[in-house]
Amino acid sequence: MNASQFRTCPTTGLKIDLQAQSLIKANAVAAVVFLAIGGLFGLSVALTRWPAVHLLPADWFYLALTAHGLDVLLLWIIFFEIAVLYFASSTLLNSRLAAPRLGWVAFGMMLGGGLLTNVSVLQGQSTVMFTSYPPLMAAQHFYLGLILFAVGALLACGIFFGTLVIAREEKTYKGSIPLVTYGALTAAIIAVFTLASGAIILIPTWLWSLGIISYIDPLMYKLVWWAMGHSSQQINVSVHVSIWYAIAAMLFGAKPLSEKVSRGAFLLYILFLQLASAHHLLVEPGLSSEWKVFNTSYAMYLAVLGSMIHGMTVPGSIEAAQRKRGFDKGFFEWLRKAPWGNPAFSGMFLSLVMFGFLGGISGVVMGTEQINIIIHNTLYVPGHFHGTVVAGTTLAFMAMTYLLIPLIFQREIRFPRLAKWQPYLFGLGVGGISLFMMGAGTLGVSRRHWDITFADSALDFSYPEAAFLMLALNGLSAIAAATGGLMYIVVVVGSVFFGRKVEGKIALAAPSGPPAVATYGSSDSLRIPGTVVLVGVFFLAFVLYYFVNWKYLSDIWPMR
Amino acid sequence: MAISPPTERLWWKTPIHRPELIWIIVAFLWGLVMFFMMIYWHAFGQQNLSTETYRTTPNAFYAKTEAMVQQYRVRDLNGLPVVRPPAGGDVYMIGRMWLWYPALELQKDQTYRLHLSALDLQHGFSLQPININVQVHPGYEHVLTVTPDQAGEFSIVCNEYCGLGHHTMLGKIFVVDGPGVTP
Repeated sequence: MNASQFRTCPTTGLKIDLQAQSLIKANAVAAVVFLAIGGLFGLSVALTRWPAVHLLPADWFYLALTAHGLDVLLLWIIFFEIAVLYFASSTLLNSRLAAPRLGWVAFGMMLGGGLLTNVSVLQGQSTVMFTSYPPLMAAQHFYLGLILFAVGALLACGIFFGTLVIAREEKTYKGSIPLVTYGALTAAIIAVFTLASGAIILIPTWLWSLGIISYIDPLMYKLVWWAMGHSSQQINVSVHVSIWYAIAAMLFGAKPLSEKVSRGAFLLYILFLQLASAHHLLVEPGLSSEWKVFNTSYAMYLAVLGSMIHGMTVPGSIEAAQRKRGFDKGFFEWLRKAPWGNPAFSGMFLSLVMFGFLGGISGVVMGTEQINIIIHNTLYVPGHFHGTVVAGTTLAFMAMTYLLIPLIFQREIRFPRLAKWQPYLFGLGVGGISLFMMGAGTLGVSRRHWDITFADSALDFSYPEAAFLMLALNGLSAIAAATGGLMYIVVVVGSVFFGRKVEGKIALAAPSGPPAVATYGSSDSLRIPGTVVLVGVFFLAFVLYYFVNWKYLSDIWPMR
Repeated sequence: MAISPPTERLWWKTPIHRPELIWIIVAFLWGLVMFFMMIYWHAFGQQNLSTETYRTTPNAFYAKTEAMVQQYRVRDLNGLPVVRPPAGGDVYMIGRMWLWYPALELQKDQTYRLHLSALDLQHGFSLQPININVQVHPGYEHVLTVTPDQAGEFSIVCNEYCGLGHHTMLGKIFVVDGPGVTP
């Protein structure tokens, strides 16, 4: 069967399979819809946490919190990732998509499953949080929806692998697959592990909710569930790092400093990231310290090493490209003269910086076996993952959208001024959410908690005053982030449905200087002093903050 | 470019640039430091979470806790028994919807074996303002060996969602210096 029809992209010269294009569009649109819904739930959660506002009643708060996690952490991100997988395989490799009909089946299953789980939450029968730890039980269609979604996503991964095989067979590209496709392949491999783990635990849990199985061990559930729950975050990391490379390439013609190093870093993800389930089990009974230490550190921090490498090679490749283009003065001319008014760049660079400083450092610190005692289940945890999944992944996806709309949807960006400020406002808000939740968590405030004043309790307790301030600042940051999110939705909807059709070639890159860099010449001539300084600052912050937390730990009661 | 196949066909044979190589070495060594820091703390640090765990049932754990309450109850706090077990001994605490039961009165600088389990759902033992957080599972009895080294009133928050009354769930540990108050 070779019924595929192609168009040739006037800007990049890539051959685009129209079936793949439709699937990319459908998945991206579904993603954005769930982002809008989940974002609103998130705002209502933050406004309830702000003691002076305390927006929702308790039952609605816990319901909104469950729906927020489901809609943004699972649906928004995975739908967008499926779009990226189709793009990185079919589009970047000039290939037809394998089994496009199956792609629609996968899309239908994901959409149906996502809606089913949402319905069960909104019916009020499944206020179990995104994690649904037994013995807490949701309505059976909560689990069924998740299973359908996971199987659909698994099918989509299969289509991605199939497309790679087709492209290789039909010789649609020369040599090795591009780095971005390699990163997407990393994501897809981790996704198979992740979704299989999800099926292994959710199918028995579903049978349990139907009364067919009598008992689910809560500890075993957590171990397997987090093999899905945490490893799926590593899909996000692989995809958003790929997007960083893609945007650097599209805007600057940036070439990876070393293909070997960047690919090696992705390989470290495949080999070690799935050990991360342990991060959620560090203060559980029944597991040995040896198991915890080995797993929580991804076998001596080898997956962290991968991220730290990307943290240098991504800005390094931009710096090298910019210097080639003539921005060669001092340490930072390349960065100062970067296209800060282009939301694809500003979003990508903010994502890179905040993922490293906020999400990355805090994640490694809280994943230290003993330090987890002073952090587990406090607001520090959502503070951390809003640094990774929102400031990192979501912002990178938003940045990518500003390139996908002209290239795939073939529409001009509507409201360019709104688009220009969007990453800054969203980034500022999310940075605040992350920092202030971590601050409240350091003060001990519990996550998933409706009333930090304990007004209805038989006993008296209140968190310190500073925690109230942190939650107020968190509420304000959430308003900023939600406004930034709304601007994104307005720009996307405006452009996709009412944007002017793109005709001919468009300019992606900043205009000055020679546009593309074919090669950097010999390795001696490569200069990235600005990146070295940035990485040095990051490393210093990392080391300091790490040992500060050991100091905090040493102040609590001795225990063994 | 990262969106097209590598320009060098034998990309795995190209040399690694010096800044990249140095950073890889530094980052790898830092990973080792962080890894061995956890092991060092097991040997020399004072704060390590116990791994002593037993299978139990809600009924069995409740019976043991109730026996302790009957034997060592010293007073009540808003209807919640306050128990002062002997220093150095076993103390029990139940997490259930939506209370930590019973309240404890411990002596400063004495070591206790604190048994934790849940009767219904998972709960989160979160001792404030000191900020010690341990997950509590039904069916598992987790024994922490703790030495309170500060006197005062400490509250236990539940930091794992356990139903609609979750945010009302509290408990108390009083740490007294010397013989303590037994009104």
